[in-house]
Amino acid sequence: MKKIYLDSNATTQVHPEVIEAMVPFFGEIYGNASSVHLFGREAKKHLEKARSQVAKMINASSSEEIVFTAGGTEADNYAMRGIAEALKDKGNHIITSSVEHPAVLNTCKYFEKQGYEVTYLGVDEYGIIDLDELAKSIKDKTILITIMAANNETGTIMPIDEISAIAQGKGVPFHSDAVQYVGKMPLDVQKTKIDLISMSGHKINGPKGVGALYIKKGTKLAKFRYGGHQEKGRRPGTENVPGIVGLGKACEIATEKGQENYARVQCLRDKLHERIQSEIKMTRLNGHPEKRLPNTLNIGFDYLEGESILLSLDLEGVAVSTGSACTSGSLEPSHVLMSMGIDALYSQGSVRFSFSIFNTEEEIDYVMEKLPAIIARLRAMSPVYPGDE
Amino acid sequence: MSEYSEIVMEHFSNPRNVGEMKDPSGRGKVGNPVCGDIMELFIKVDENEIIEDAKFRTFGCGAAIASSSILTEMIKGKSIEEARKISNEAVVDALGGLPSVKRHCSVLAEEALTKAIDDYMSKKTA
Repeated sequence: MKKIYLDSNATTQVHPEVIEAMVPFFGEIYGNASSVHLFGREAKKHLEKARSQVAKMINASSSEEIVFTAGGTEADNYAMRGIAEALKDKGNHIITSSVEHPAVLNTCKYFEKQGYEVTYLGVDEYGIIDLDELAKSIKDKTILITIMAANNETGTIMPIDEISAIAQGKGVPFHSDAVQYVGKMPLDVQKTKIDLISMSGHKINGPKGVGALYIKKGTKLAKFRYGGHQEKGRRPGTENVPGIVGLGKACEIATEKGQENYARVQCLRDKLHERIQSEIKMTRLNGHPEKRLPNTLNIGFDYLEGESILLSLDLEGVAVSTGSACTSGSLEPSHVLMSMGIDALYSQGSVRFSFSIFNTEEEIDYVMEKLPAIIARLRAMSPVYPGDE
Repeated sequence: MSEYSEIVMEHFSNPRNVGEMKDPSGRGKVGNPVCGDIMELFIKVDENEIIEDAKFRTFGCGAAIASSSILTEMIKGKSIEEARKISNEAVVDALGGLPSVKRHCSVLAEEALTKAIDDYMSKKTA
């Protein structure tokens, strides 16, 4: 059976060049990067090379602004808890959006339990926050604005330039979970002034369990864990050198070929979108038509529940995802689509197709050989389907 | 979806008794889109109070579709009295188990059955 992977916002296949770069670090180059001797120095050299590869991807002014973490969730936790702790004497108000990843949303819920006040900005029908509402929400005691760069479910891109301008104007630190954004979209932190940026390796063809936090020079951040002096004491624990080397390589590939690769990815994605629109009735795009990651296509199939589509595609060897009720273990419809004001009857039938640089046109053709019949079969079973008009 | 049993996947792939029934003896529609499941069950009951036919339509996940499908098989040929005794646990057992977050689908199946039987009873006495 064919195996087609269209779930790259969940994770991606590790790039062969990344694997190649990592292999020596599982073998002959095994030193502890903190050791003074030859073995340690060798590891350290590669660790620092990876740091500059990550820094270059976002045009950080110094690689010292990059701290390696065990992934995006840890980067989010470090940034948010680090700021909340460091600035607790200044205030206790945090602003975020209602469509953030659980790594951010659940950290905010933790803050609320700790006595912080959190403002959850709503979004429009495309999943974008209202900048005026953001500006109005900032108070004297606001200590952090945390808004994602791009949404994992819909791919909708937030106006990070404008948000950073507002945050800067008010002197409030701005953190952005850019796990889905960096590597797919160009980001220059010397133009877009973000104080803290969370990144992850495995969303951009790097390894799992490794990420990074960009910390703009001068940003006050409290320690969030205690241990040795690794990462200048900012992130204690012996560095995951193989993973970090892999992350560095993935960032290098993204810097050099990202635009070209994702221009091609976008063509494939748009081809699938056009064919779904022309060959299947009663579908809708969830997310912004243009301000959207080039690899993400979230489609609502009216009168259906997403998991039944996911399962049917899975039986044909096609891997997709749904943020809706049944797959996520919770019974609530996607918090992202609900925030966008999409009726539960329609948001339940949403399927996310997320592409990678390895997808091909033949794969899209295969999906469209199967998908119309799957939708027709499930709709024939649906008690809410009104029939083809 | 390794968390689903083979029986669930088989009923999901080849659901039995799908469709709308004309002039059913009883009809039960339960659930709502916020929870992600809507189940509609139709039964045809003969003069001896035996369920001679059952059909369903379901908006929902794999477990919801499989639960409704197997329920129609379980009730066909049974008397109303016997059918009333079918619990959601019986549906789960027949499916070879359901993941814990999906057990509500079997509850929905039981509710649809109860509602269809109640509908039949109320029509009969009317």
